[in-house]
Amino acid sequence: MSENLPDTLAQRLTARFGADAVAATERRGETTLDLLPQNWLAVFQALRDEAQFRFEQAVDVCGVDYLSYGQTEWDTTDVSSQGFSRGVEGQGPGRFRWSERPRVTPHEKRFAVVVHLLSLTHNRRLRVRAYCVDDALPIMPSLTALYPGVNWFEREAFDLYGIVFEGHPDLRRILTDYGFVGHPFRKDFPLIGNVEVRYDAEKQRVIYEPVSIDPRVLVPRVIRDDSRYEQAQAEATNRAAAGK
Amino acid sequence: MQEIRNYTINFGPQHPAAHGVLRLVLEMDGETIMRADPHVGLLHRGTEKLAESKPFNQSIGYMDRLDYVSMMCNEHAYVRAIEKLVGIEAPVRAQYIRTMFDEITRILNHLMWIGSNALDLGAMAVFLYAFREREELMDCYEAVSGARMHATYYRPGGVYRDLPDRMPQYRESRWHKGGDLKRLNEWREGSLLDFLEAFCKDFYGKVDEYETLLTDNRIWKQRTVGIGVVTPEQAHAWGMSGPMLRGSGIAWDLRKKQPYAAYADVDFDIPLGTKGDCYDRYLVRVEEMRQSNRIIEQCVKWLKANPGPVMVQNYKVAPPSREEMKDDMEALIHHFKLFTEGYCVPAGETYSAVEAPKGEFGIYLVSDGANKPFRLKVRAPGFAHLSSMDEIVRGHMLPDVVAMIGTYDVVFGEIDR
Repeated sequence: MSENLPDTLAQRLTARFGADAVAATERRGETTLDLLPQNWLAVFQALRDEAQFRFEQAVDVCGVDYLSYGQTEWDTTDVSSQGFSRGVEGQGPGRFRWSERPRVTPHEKRFAVVVHLLSLTHNRRLRVRAYCVDDALPIMPSLTALYPGVNWFEREAFDLYGIVFEGHPDLRRILTDYGFVGHPFRKDFPLIGNVEVRYDAEKQRVIYEPVSIDPRVLVPRVIRDDSRYEQAQAEATNRAAAGK
Repeated sequence: MQEIRNYTINFGPQHPAAHGVLRLVLEMDGETIMRADPHVGLLHRGTEKLAESKPFNQSIGYMDRLDYVSMMCNEHAYVRAIEKLVGIEAPVRAQYIRTMFDEITRILNHLMWIGSNALDLGAMAVFLYAFREREELMDCYEAVSGARMHATYYRPGGVYRDLPDRMPQYRESRWHKGGDLKRLNEWREGSLLDFLEAFCKDFYGKVDEYETLLTDNRIWKQRTVGIGVVTPEQAHAWGMSGPMLRGSGIAWDLRKKQPYAAYADVDFDIPLGTKGDCYDRYLVRVEEMRQSNRIIEQCVKWLKANPGPVMVQNYKVAPPSREEMKDDMEALIHHFKLFTEGYCVPAGETYSAVEAPKGEFGIYLVSDGANKPFRLKVRAPGFAHLSSMDEIVRGHMLPDVVAMIGTYDVVFGEIDR
């Protein structure tokens, strides 16, 4: 890939866009470019058109909700008085109903849009990420003018995370049901959902009702602090630094 | 003078040529498509969110159910993502087994595709022939994993178990007896590898058979030549991959360009189209079946000569053997922890892609150090392909939409996820 070149892709990206506008990191042979939403379109324009980058394809666009990142439901560093219980208390995914969903206090930079680019010319991949400024109404400029193929991917991110893509020609829901309420992949949306549908023989139509099943996830979410995961620690610090 | 208006028709979701649950809203001017608006999501199951609530290994089975005609390729992308984050590598024998089963999967997928696409365009017989060979290959799936389709065979660190020494045989029944039964079991006297060897030798002829039915068939050519032309520029703009990209003459195959598993060590060619129409993509896929067959032959040869472990010896991610587990306390603890809590994956993120039969199937995995994924994104090739529908079919006739859906090779398990 880029080993035989004098400088790495990360260095070239930093040199081109300036260290204050972007942060390029390289881990496990994958390059990640973190940038600010206001630079979003200009950077992609350059990445697509400039000969040294030439990323012809936007392979994937997705939303990420960083709420509850690094939170666990099971203490692994202390002694606990409870056994390994199925009734772990916690607000991990899948453990709450719609009515008892966690009330989210404003969280700095909760939503991110992650784009994976592929350059067929240079046989190289790049991950580009930006955090939405406002949590209540996450907005990101749309890339549809540069890469028409991201149209559905952005619709999907809007549908599942509620990220609004400014300038998108047709921002409708795509995967969820007609008339669906909420953005199901947000971390404060219950795994069991909100409503269920069935055919009502009396009313002779399909009706919506509140879900009747209980939230139940058997395995608690744990983070083990083994020596093996020292690397993991470093990674988390990096991410925190990049998110700033 | 009568007022003439465009007519909107609803194609699917209950339509035999909609390949599952595609609802297509078509705006027609007579027989000509003015606008196509695919409505997807009728099979949305929230796989990505479900995976967030389960330990890593428990989601392997979900991957089979994404693109449910190329099961093991989906698993491959997922286990590779985990392996990358954990920092382990499967033993070389496991790599060869994966390569072999990826190619078996590719043949399975293309057989399904050639059968259903031909059926959509009015050629019934191809479907029957294609399913004959699919049956043999699904027996291989069953022999290694116990399941004909949803195998859950690939695991982080290798594969679930080594290839079986005996290929299951047909037993005598009202339908299979005498000479018929003998013929059915002829290939099944030895191991799975012997069976595959016999299958591969035979399969080139079978592909030729499909070709005699279609390649020079006048009706087939009338329905596919010059239909649904995708230019190389369009292919890039819409993020196409796999046969959709190669049909337009772009030499791009992840197996060659970014080799994984044992693809760097096997010999095969990448077929390319020239015009980018449905007929070219048909030819590309047919040739890919021959090339896959070649890869399987090489893998069989290598696997016969090189026994060895198929799973890493790291009990933090791979379970110990039953025997060991019952003997050794340490192994028992590992086994218990692995199947209850799972293993923690170091924090970080990765994108791993494989060349699935339909194109680039990618997994974007974000881990925060826990025993469950923090975010799992499935990049399905069919999703990107289908989004170009409106642009490609505009100006075509209604029957061409059917040809186009067929050539996209859509499977709603992966598009709706």
